[in-house]
Amino acid sequence: MAQLSTIGQEKSWRDRILSGLRSVSPIYVVLILLLIGIGTQNPVFLEPSGILNLLRRAAPLMILTAGQLFVIVSGGFDLSVGSIMSLTVIGASLLINNDPTNAWWVILVLFGIGIVAGLINGALVSYLKVPSLIATLGMLLALRGAGLYWTGGAPRGYLTDNFRAFGRGWLEPVPWVERFPYAVIVLIVVSAILIYLFHYTNLGRQLLAVGDNPRAAKLAGIQVEKMRIVAFAVSAVTAVIAGILQGGFGGVNPDAGDGYELQAISAAVLGGAVLLGGRGSVPAAIAGALALEALFTLLNLLGLPKPLRDAVQGLIIIGAVAYAAFSGRRSR
Amino acid sequence: MANAQLPILEARNITKRFPGVVALNDVSIQFMPGEVHAVVGENGAGKSTLMKLLAGAYTPDEGELFFQGSSISFNHPREAQEVGISIIYQEFNLLPERTVAQNIFLGREPSRYGVVDQRQLMRQTQAVLQRVGAETMISPDAEVKTLSIAQQQLVEIAKALSFDSKVLIMDEPTAALATHEVEILTRLIHKLIANGMAVIFISHRFTEVFDLAKMITVLKDGQHVATVAADAATPSQVITMMVGRELDQYFPELARADEIGAVALEVVNGSNAKLHDISLKLRAGEIVGVSGLQGSGRTELAQAIFGVEPFTSGRILVKGTERPIKTPKAAINLRMGFVTEDRKAEGIFPNQPLNDNILAPVRALQALLRRIKRFGTAEKPQLVLELVQQVDVRTPSIQQEVQYLSGGNQQKVVLAKWLASTCDILIFDEPTRGIDVDAKASIHEMIRDLAQAGTAVLMISSELPEVIGMSDRIVVMWDGRISGELPAGAGEEAIMHLATGHQESHRTAVPEPRGEGTLEL
Amino acid sequence: MTVKTLSNVRSLMRETRLPPVYAILVVVFVAAVVLDAIFGRGQITSSTILTNMVVRSVALGIVAMGQTFVMLAASIDLSVAYLISVTAVMASYLMQGDPNRVPMAVAAVFGIGAVVGLVNGLIVSKLKVNPFIATLGVGLVLKGLLNASFETFVGAVPRSFQTLGYGQIGPIPISILVLLAVTIIGALVLSRTKFGAHLYAVGGNVETSRLSGLRTDRVIILAHVICSLTAVLTGLFVVSRLRSGAPWVGTDGLYDLESIAAVVVGGTALSGGKGGVVGTLAGVLIFGILDTMFNQLGVDTFLKQVLRGAIIILAVASYTIRSREKAA
Repeated sequence: MAQLSTIGQEKSWRDRILSGLRSVSPIYVVLILLLIGIGTQNPVFLEPSGILNLLRRAAPLMILTAGQLFVIVSGGFDLSVGSIMSLTVIGASLLINNDPTNAWWVILVLFGIGIVAGLINGALVSYLKVPSLIATLGMLLALRGAGLYWTGGAPRGYLTDNFRAFGRGWLEPVPWVERFPYAVIVLIVVSAILIYLFHYTNLGRQLLAVGDNPRAAKLAGIQVEKMRIVAFAVSAVTAVIAGILQGGFGGVNPDAGDGYELQAISAAVLGGAVLLGGRGSVPAAIAGALALEALFTLLNLLGLPKPLRDAVQGLIIIGAVAYAAFSGRRSR
Repeated sequence: MANAQLPILEARNITKRFPGVVALNDVSIQFMPGEVHAVVGENGAGKSTLMKLLAGAYTPDEGELFFQGSSISFNHPREAQEVGISIIYQEFNLLPERTVAQNIFLGREPSRYGVVDQRQLMRQTQAVLQRVGAETMISPDAEVKTLSIAQQQLVEIAKALSFDSKVLIMDEPTAALATHEVEILTRLIHKLIANGMAVIFISHRFTEVFDLAKMITVLKDGQHVATVAADAATPSQVITMMVGRELDQYFPELARADEIGAVALEVVNGSNAKLHDISLKLRAGEIVGVSGLQGSGRTELAQAIFGVEPFTSGRILVKGTERPIKTPKAAINLRMGFVTEDRKAEGIFPNQPLNDNILAPVRALQALLRRIKRFGTAEKPQLVLELVQQVDVRTPSIQQEVQYLSGGNQQKVVLAKWLASTCDILIFDEPTRGIDVDAKASIHEMIRDLAQAGTAVLMISSELPEVIGMSDRIVVMWDGRISGELPAGAGEEAIMHLATGHQESHRTAVPEPRGEGTLEL
Repeated sequence: MTVKTLSNVRSLMRETRLPPVYAILVVVFVAAVVLDAIFGRGQITSSTILTNMVVRSVALGIVAMGQTFVMLAASIDLSVAYLISVTAVMASYLMQGDPNRVPMAVAAVFGIGAVVGLVNGLIVSKLKVNPFIATLGVGLVLKGLLNASFETFVGAVPRSFQTLGYGQIGPIPISILVLLAVTIIGALVLSRTKFGAHLYAVGGNVETSRLSGLRTDRVIILAHVICSLTAVLTGLFVVSRLRSGAPWVGTDGLYDLESIAAVVVGGTALSGGKGGVVGTLAGVLIFGILDTMFNQLGVDTFLKQVLRGAIIILAVASYTIRSREKAA
């Protein structure tokens, strides 16, 4: 037993600290540096209310990224999430039809739509063997068209206050910070659930296994097709949540989710996820999304024109992936 | 050509190490022009490493290579090829979607201003195909994927000739060839050496080794045992040099009669596209060896039982009850395990830590949302630690990613994976392929320990000594059928007799004799 | 009638080695004609509508040819839509309606395109960044720079330059000739040149290519440069139709994702090494037929998108299912 404990505990203590330090995703360092940068520009942003505001703005992307990570880790892409977000906003405005009492069942319907879209994505990839890039691209086009068809091209109606509360409402009074955004509560709850699912249950390990080596996964008794479908469903559900928050925050806008799919993939990659599967972490992916938003805030504070944010985002994503590629090769 | 001349290629005191293994230790060999030189040895003896060193795919840690008397070193296989040393691997280096001509002259297409001169390309291709005698068999503009394995091999040889190679290295050139194809290859090799080429080949087929080779080099555990003239040695002398110790010294003892229990698995008249009328019984506590040439259906049998490519007719009974096994999950649910032949492609999750690799099948049976224990299950939280100790994985940490472990240790992880799911029926497909001698012996012992603990073991192996040394019963396959069953300790001759399906020399009768039994005699 | 036509088409395809996507093209066309005859005005086969159908396909078609090159090399280019915007805006900005400035402007945008392609290729091959991320990043950089400099329509192209978009030689629009020329040149480069052979090799198996002594990085870089140049050509075509460039013309056209879809529908493997521009032409024409058919039938614009998405998926699924049957 002495030997056993050597492998299990004593050695792994030092090991765990060392490998822990080594395996800490550099994204946390980047995030802290960005926050410090923001602080030097305008300390107000680092006060509790400033941080909460940043989190509230970042919540849709953070949630979306966490969902996207499920798909990336299992070896795919989900390009349809942005269009699901848009459809959620459009659908909410039309279905609620200005009657606040409708909001609750509408939310259920929206989740239903999202889940169906996710299941279709998963079935196309798993059973029809369509590459996920193409399957979810087709879904993106179809849902975008469906949303516009539904509205007739122009946004109609508006979102009732009780629906918008998720995105822009506050809980108050709250000690220390006075008021606490509902969006951040949603963020915390969803993140906690996804972190639990991914890191503490069989689900996450099986997704990693599927992305790492699908053949070996099948031979180990993992239902590869089913796991892929679950991943797409999770991603779609996060897209609906992100859509609800975004709708609350920004109101009715038929392209509320446009571009979010690529941002979410970028954020997950910034958080150390490996495209084509087998590696990734939910907290790091969420941190990647927050870092992206923090970066936008910082660039804004630095007086960079809004469009240039995109340019900087592009450079940073390339840099991060190149860094990962090189450090990966070095450690071999 | 007189042989008193200089060797065309010479290895002097070559040593090559890999993490944890000395693959070649101080090896010196001379290769003469106009000669066929066979390199033989058990799996893991260092043959492939030697070939790759000669062909520039590896660089030696110590020692030197000499080509036509002058010292050379290669940084890239291309450099060796330009000097005149070509290698043909078992897995061909061809692009299946491209034509024969495009493959042979890839990167060297005759062209003017970047435009390929198609006519010239066809002519040159036709010319090299002629040199290998394949001009009527293979069209220069056929896509490689439409060619048979034998034809692809001829394309590879043609490619080597197009470089004006003086040395041609072939890794198991006959392993996948049918009888008449082997004859074509033999004639071609004779033609090549008549033109002064040196041909070096690895083979497990002794018939060919003695038919073709003038010199035979024996490697064992990375050491150079001897280089002998083929006409001055007998096959059994060579085998003794290869094995170097008696068989019964390095295999654990067989099961005693009282250790063998009830029937754990029974297949009745199982058939599918590749298997016909398979009936088989496997008892608790016994090791049943499955022998057969490549393509005989060995691996397919394992895959059918395990639900990967299930039987389409017939029945499977597990502990006396009929069970449909249509997926691996169903098999695992019935406490079966399958250690696959291709560890990298089918056995491990390279980027995942050791513990998650080992626990994968256990977790696959649990509810999807069940909370995981890092090193085990709710019942046995220390399971991984115990297993790692039991199978003796050498690893700095339980959370080491498996890709960083040596082949032998990876194989132990795969074994531990099935121990974790407490199998009573365990199928091994080539359990010791590509594993060094030490790890091999310990894996053999583990398999026997498992049987003694009551596990029913089905062990597929292409190495006859392994089958003979390990099995309590031997099932021999041929052409997708079970051609016979032999008791423990059966001789190699008896096995080969069944494995070839006929009484005569196996050459004449095997439909697809991809012989690679280590010691075919 | 259709059964016989189909079998004739199939044997014709075998003789001329046309990619199988042409069978789908024929099916789609026949379906369009039948549907139009039943539900529409039955005019889809008129020469005006057919010509229009091809003209609509030109912008996507040209850039899809370039996308075919990168995808054959097992890479991908998501920056094309932004490059099309950049080209449209820069061309009209530099020309300012002055015919004398056309050569300079054209040279400048091709120069920009070459640099963008080079950067894409270098990031993919030398920095080993996943091409999806690399070209997405470059696209974002282009988008940012463009939006920071221009907000709406800028400048104009001179009337003479609009010949590219609207001119005709005899009864045939110049734009169609341009598309055909690009396709033929692309097909010749792929089938006849060393570069073409090396492109297929690199896409098929990088390791085998490297062992054969190919400079695989250069092949990938050149493929990206070619792709960017076709995006520039599409941008020039688009701006000659619009008369003036705006920063959203490329992204609104969805040229990035649609060109990838057209290439895949055209039979080029996402994993590289297999396919070609002739198939891509069919993929593009399929999109064109569908658009025209939907117009003739009066299908809602947005419903069109839904159907389009579904058809892309189905087309690709039909390949994967077929190849699975073959494998089994």
